[in-house]
Amino acid sequence: MKGPFGTRFPAFGRVVKMTEKLMSFEEAVSQFDPVIGLEIHVELNTKTKLFDWAHYEFGSEPNTELTPVSFGLPGALPVVNREAVRKAVKLGLALNCHVNEWSQFARKNYFYPDMPRDYQISQFDKPTNGNGWLDVELEDGTVFRVPIERAHIEDDAGKINHIGGANGRLEGADHSLVDYNRAGVPLVEIVTKPITGAGALAPQVAGAYARAVRDIAVACGVSEGKMEQGNLRADVNVSLRKSPSDPLGTRSETKNVNSFRAMEKTVAYEIRRQAYILSHGGEVLQETRHWDENAQCTAGARLKSDANDYRYFPDPDLLMLHVTDSEVEEIRASLPELPFAKRRRLKSEWGLSDTEMRDLLNAEAVDLVEESVKEGASPQGARKWWLGEILRFANEMQLPLEALAISPKDVAKIEEMLSSGKLTDKMAKQVVEAVINGEGSPEEIVEKKGLKIVSDSSQLLDAVKKALQDNPDVAEKLRQGNMKPMGVIIGLVMKETRGQADAKTVKDLVLKEVSK
Amino acid sequence: MMSGADKDEIVTLTASQMSEAMKKGDLSSREIIEAELEVAKAVDPKTESYLATCFNSAFMVADAVDQARALGQELPDLAGVPIVVKDMIVTKGVETTAASKILKGWVPPYDATCVEKLKENGMPMLAKTNLDEFAQGSSTENSAFHPTFNPWDLERVPGGSGGGSAAAVSSFESPLALGTDTGGSIRQPASFTGSVGMKPTYGRVSRYGAISMASSLDQIGPCARTVEDAAMLFDAIAGYDPKDSTSIPDFPSSALKAAKEGKKGDLSGIRVGIIAEAGGEGFSKDVTDGFLRGVNLLSSMGAKVEEQSFPHFLHGIQIYYILMPAEVSSNMSRYDGMRYGLRVMPPDATAASMMAATREQGFGAEVKRRIMLGTYVLSSGQYEKMYVAAQKVRTVLIKDFERAFQSFDVLVCPTSPTTAFKAGEVVDPVTMYKNDIATIPANLAGLPAISIPAGLDSLGLPIGFQIMANRQKDELVFKVASALQEAVSRENEGPIWNKVPRLWKSGEND
Repeated sequence: MKGPFGTRFPAFGRVVKMTEKLMSFEEAVSQFDPVIGLEIHVELNTKTKLFDWAHYEFGSEPNTELTPVSFGLPGALPVVNREAVRKAVKLGLALNCHVNEWSQFARKNYFYPDMPRDYQISQFDKPTNGNGWLDVELEDGTVFRVPIERAHIEDDAGKINHIGGANGRLEGADHSLVDYNRAGVPLVEIVTKPITGAGALAPQVAGAYARAVRDIAVACGVSEGKMEQGNLRADVNVSLRKSPSDPLGTRSETKNVNSFRAMEKTVAYEIRRQAYILSHGGEVLQETRHWDENAQCTAGARLKSDANDYRYFPDPDLLMLHVTDSEVEEIRASLPELPFAKRRRLKSEWGLSDTEMRDLLNAEAVDLVEESVKEGASPQGARKWWLGEILRFANEMQLPLEALAISPKDVAKIEEMLSSGKLTDKMAKQVVEAVINGEGSPEEIVEKKGLKIVSDSSQLLDAVKKALQDNPDVAEKLRQGNMKPMGVIIGLVMKETRGQADAKTVKDLVLKEVSK
Repeated sequence: MMSGADKDEIVTLTASQMSEAMKKGDLSSREIIEAELEVAKAVDPKTESYLATCFNSAFMVADAVDQARALGQELPDLAGVPIVVKDMIVTKGVETTAASKILKGWVPPYDATCVEKLKENGMPMLAKTNLDEFAQGSSTENSAFHPTFNPWDLERVPGGSGGGSAAAVSSFESPLALGTDTGGSIRQPASFTGSVGMKPTYGRVSRYGAISMASSLDQIGPCARTVEDAAMLFDAIAGYDPKDSTSIPDFPSSALKAAKEGKKGDLSGIRVGIIAEAGGEGFSKDVTDGFLRGVNLLSSMGAKVEEQSFPHFLHGIQIYYILMPAEVSSNMSRYDGMRYGLRVMPPDATAASMMAATREQGFGAEVKRRIMLGTYVLSSGQYEKMYVAAQKVRTVLIKDFERAFQSFDVLVCPTSPTTAFKAGEVVDPVTMYKNDIATIPANLAGLPAISIPAGLDSLGLPIGFQIMANRQKDELVFKVASALQEAVSRENEGPIWNKVPRLWKSGEND
């Protein structure tokens, strides 16, 4: 059966799997110098695809977001989406790339069921962005510069779902379905130069670099950066050599590694696997592998040596791509402050320690705190709320912070009411919870719940007097200077005022009364 | 209504005569389609021009046009005038095969831009015409379904790849046709069938919906019996299309005006260059003589004619047979059995073996030959030596033309080295390729070029005369061609196209 709704086809090739021996990571990096390279595909968030007017949304009904162009029908022709080009240039500039005034789309020819034309429209010898670099911060605060070869524009392929096998993989599947919706979605492929000198930090560099690329793409507004939706996919290359002065060794290429943790693990695993092979006199095969999340290992997919000759040539359906200097400058002027610089600035402005800053980063709360500060909160106050009470709710609800119904403006307001003495700490927490539960703005909640510190001292005084009268033995102890039962009186006063009194004020009043 | 008009009268009208007759109320579009249907029933079994017919929908369009006209609505000139379309052009709801088994049964969900324009002009489409598979051939013998025969002599080929469109137009099955021209596929069939075929400047007609053969060379163009009709059709289909990146923006066409201007027969001030190299070895004496008679007619109308040496002209074919297969090999990839068209499932099929089996059974020998040539040309190791080198020579050829157009307004040569040859006569591919030796250079340089009949050879077969001009000078091509056509008609006591046997009459050439 075939047609637009799911094309069935039999499994494409076979996967051979074997158990491999590994060297310990510490030993491997003491014996060998690892060299890594990353090819990161960033999916751009344009309204339409790279070469046609089809719209793409993740998770929509299979094979519904297609035009004759993105389905590769005979006679249909590609036309470049200038918005995608502008976004690619923006990303290139953020990665410190040189933007080439003239670049060219080329056809990469190979047969695969998920490619409607059986060639990908990519860029070959004339990419739009060339020669950049990116500084990434490692866990210990050191900065590592990753050299970038190019950041070119290309279109995405469809998606194959293997049916009948385990884990949706090709292995063991009896047939497969193709969803071409994603075909034609614009990608920027960012290719690093060989990354050398990372040593034992190589896995960390890989993860930190990929995170930095994601953060930049999101900050620039060119990608949603959602890993779980495949907005960012990486191919991880690893090779080993005896010493930094040796030429590069044979590399393996692990395809479609789709989480930062998996990238780190892939690098570590490949270092260990290749080290074992090399130290036992073996030879590393130049091959394509994939990361198996269940088995926590990479597995060979196909040998690269019999790989395709892609027969690149300039796509005659498209003109040379022209990006003028003035266009580049206009885009450069629109670049936001980039995450790395921003973090450095905020850290010093807010006077945070490395650990405090890292906690904010890990919770993805930097922007929220920054926004709250802009709305008037103190950095420490905002940080306390976002990483404390609000984070607790987020974890409970298993949602990211920004998905909660509380905004930086709300946090700033609550913080203001707290610091000006309008709310007690306990009340403020109640307000936070209510805002998260969607009960309204902080002001509305305070109003609705009647939350306010009882500051009318005659009313408070009456309550204090009553409590002392009702508990003469306690009052007596207090008069004698025994402050232990103070809490009893405060508790009673709080009860009387339904918790809306400030404990310190109550305490002062009690002391004044008993010393009369 | 034209009372008692018989089909002989109706189908031999030119498109502009049909248009005039309908405007005057002498003839309805329905009457035209009825006459064409009757002729097709008698003629098409002999020429085999058509792959699929769509007369039912043609009648619907015709009736709508007739009704609108009866209501006094303003209509485009071509409203109600029938047309046939080469099956290399995608037509919504009408099977489109490129004469290949691999697309048999494919009914496109969209219209090519030029077909949308035919519809906007109210033109009833009668049929999809035969061609060499994926437009790869020069005789229409490579069609996966059946060959097409030349109305002038049914034992001969109509040329190719657009033999179906040319045969249909010259045998009066339709006054107009659309073709595609990658290396001569509109012009060479026009020369073999005594009709007019024009390849526009690359980018003047949108390629959107023309099945790609070699994208940097492909161009859609008009086929007709007269230059004026071809010009009318050109005006209808030309224009910028945002769906084709190689389309030329902001360039309104006025081909009909130019053709009418040319009809006056005054070519004074026009500088004509004869391409010296296109006339020697391989060009038959009949063709050369016929061509020179045409040249004399041009100078008799005041044109300044001079011979011009064109050192790289004949190298065009060598460049072409490197670049064209390279693009073909890539453009043919999508026919893999996954999404549409033929699918062949071998036992224990994998996706890869299914693709291989589908392509093995779905493509004919010539298509496979070009895929292999092109794959080789683009392979690492050959790419620099062949593809890149050929692109450089292409640039040299383009420079030759640029230089020549400083001294000349138009360049002329025979369209094809010979007149129509017999079916089955040419079996060697390279001999077949040489048919396009004079038409290919215009494709490589993206120039407008036309073929019109200059006369008949000793066997009574039409000889094609080619006129080329600089990029975007399509109108000039029409003007000179129109003048020459008038002069040729005078010399031959009537238009060449009118001397073709009437195949629907028994005893005529069957």
